[in-house]
Amino acid sequence: MSVDMRTFLAHVELANPITTAAGCAASGRELAQFFDLHRLGALTTRSITMAPRAGRPTPRMAETPSGMLNAVGLQGPGIEAFLERELPWLAQRGIKTIVSIGGGTVAEYSELARRLADAPGVTALEVNLSCPNMEDRGRVFAREGSAAAEVIASVRSIMRYDVPVVAKLAPDVADIVSVARACVDAGADALSMINNPLGMAIDTEALRPSLAAVTGGLSGPAILPLAVRCVWQVHAALPGVPLIGVGGVMTGRDAFQLVLAGACAVGVGTALFHDPYACLRIERELEELLRARGFQRLADAVGLAHRPPGSAPRHLLVDTEESTP
Amino acid sequence: MQVTGTVLTTRRVDAYHALTVVAPGIAERYRPGHFVSVAVGGPYSSMVTRRALSIHDVKSDYGGTVELVFTVRGSGTAWLAERRARDTLDLVGPLGRPFPLPRDPVHCVLVGSEYGSAVLFPLADALLARGCRVDFVLGGAGAERVFGAMRARRIAETTTLTTEDGSLGLRGKVTDALPSVIADTRADAVYACAPMETLRAVTAVAMEFDIPVQVAVEEAMACGIGVCMTCVLPVIGDDGATRMVRACAEGPVFRGERVRFEDVGTIPFDALGAPGGGARHVS
Repeated sequence: MSVDMRTFLAHVELANPITTAAGCAASGRELAQFFDLHRLGALTTRSITMAPRAGRPTPRMAETPSGMLNAVGLQGPGIEAFLERELPWLAQRGIKTIVSIGGGTVAEYSELARRLADAPGVTALEVNLSCPNMEDRGRVFAREGSAAAEVIASVRSIMRYDVPVVAKLAPDVADIVSVARACVDAGADALSMINNPLGMAIDTEALRPSLAAVTGGLSGPAILPLAVRCVWQVHAALPGVPLIGVGGVMTGRDAFQLVLAGACAVGVGTALFHDPYACLRIERELEELLRARGFQRLADAVGLAHRPPGSAPRHLLVDTEESTP
Repeated sequence: MQVTGTVLTTRRVDAYHALTVVAPGIAERYRPGHFVSVAVGGPYSSMVTRRALSIHDVKSDYGGTVELVFTVRGSGTAWLAERRARDTLDLVGPLGRPFPLPRDPVHCVLVGSEYGSAVLFPLADALLARGCRVDFVLGGAGAERVFGAMRARRIAETTTLTTEDGSLGLRGKVTDALPSVIADTRADAVYACAPMETLRAVTAVAMEFDIPVQVAVEEAMACGIGVCMTCVLPVIGDDGATRMVRACAEGPVFRGERVRFEDVGTIPFDALGAPGGGARHVS
């Protein structure tokens, strides 16, 4: 018996909960050489900006214990080329696409939303809030509820009602729940967490920072517990809000942790650098784990770890009732 | 494609390590210039990035084998150096853009420094098969770091060796010997694989002689398949615009004169999308 892996991101149905994490699937074509992208729950694009961006100088990457640091600097083609070349390629193939956007001002995010509002093939819009706010001394939007909410409210008011707006949150905040709540109050239909926390490594031969940009985003299995904690806290405070759990997922068991903490979808990022087939493998492993525990539907496992101590999992209770004559 | 390959043999080649791995799908599709990426540290590894390795030889035995050459630089390559026969390796490949080959039987000079020379041998075989004349210029810091001198002598018309300490061949760098080799062999094209500084100098020499030069760059990569965006360098496109392109997907082989070697490690101000290169398009 197979497990029903369908999941809902707000009102949008995904065939399975596994998505690529923003910025980890380039234009989509690169992974399409390895597997059929239709087998993903959804593909999340890199964060698209208004103008083309060359990104940061190299070295952009440093391997760290159970993870890596990156400072790519949102290298990308800009919205014009994205709408001309990348999105149509995905849309023509009918690949569910979560478009990630990044900007330096509220006006830039709004303009991006305006450009994407009528573009065919946008399954959902993910707002990367970990971009420096040009109007706030370069501090990132995600660090404060009011700045994040301003962006989300503006984007939500422009985007078509049937395209969910997802706020991507950063873990580098004192209280992630308050930022999450501010985004939801501003109209976010779902939340995605976590973006890379900032880290740094120093090259002990060159006696300098390993990255040209000095600091970079930490990703990989090192940040999984951080992601589980954030998803747990936000799901506890806002149980009705769909969450995409992202951060250091390498196996189906990692994904299962995020699901049990409250995520209804799971983003896979750094694992793709290690294994181009990671999304398919993780989806298979997650389904296997659910089946072994008697789940018939993924939805029954979402947030299940929050049940009070001593109470039996609901899906097993249903099972017993059915088997009683 | 991804292949779980079995290590057939391991050997030391001068200062370097070589692993022969049974990897049928990769050997079949391989063309000179392609590389593979390998996962290091085993199934419970804490090392999340793959290592990009150059292919030195491809054979059809056992359904297809590839020989990979590397030097120990850190914990990942140290783990690879400890692999023994019958161990398995997780390989993805063949990756990258291979060397373009000339249509006519022309004279080619192949320039390699340190273990960058490894990729030139399958290229030499392909050129010889097309009736090209092949001459090698190989170099390194010392005699034990000149890769493949014996094999080069066997297959090439002439082989010129250089070492910085003078322990083998001419004292100096490959680029010190290159102009006279190009002149003597009346070369029509140059192929090179070496550290960035050497490639820059090789390109300068080839441009002086006004002959085409194809270079294979060695950039640090995390994924090797074009998704991580970390191995970029500034390259001039057909339209004259400079873009930050990926060494793994658009390379590793480039036309030498298109690579802005002096700007590697920076974002040139005139590159497409460079900071300050254009006003933010906000209406």
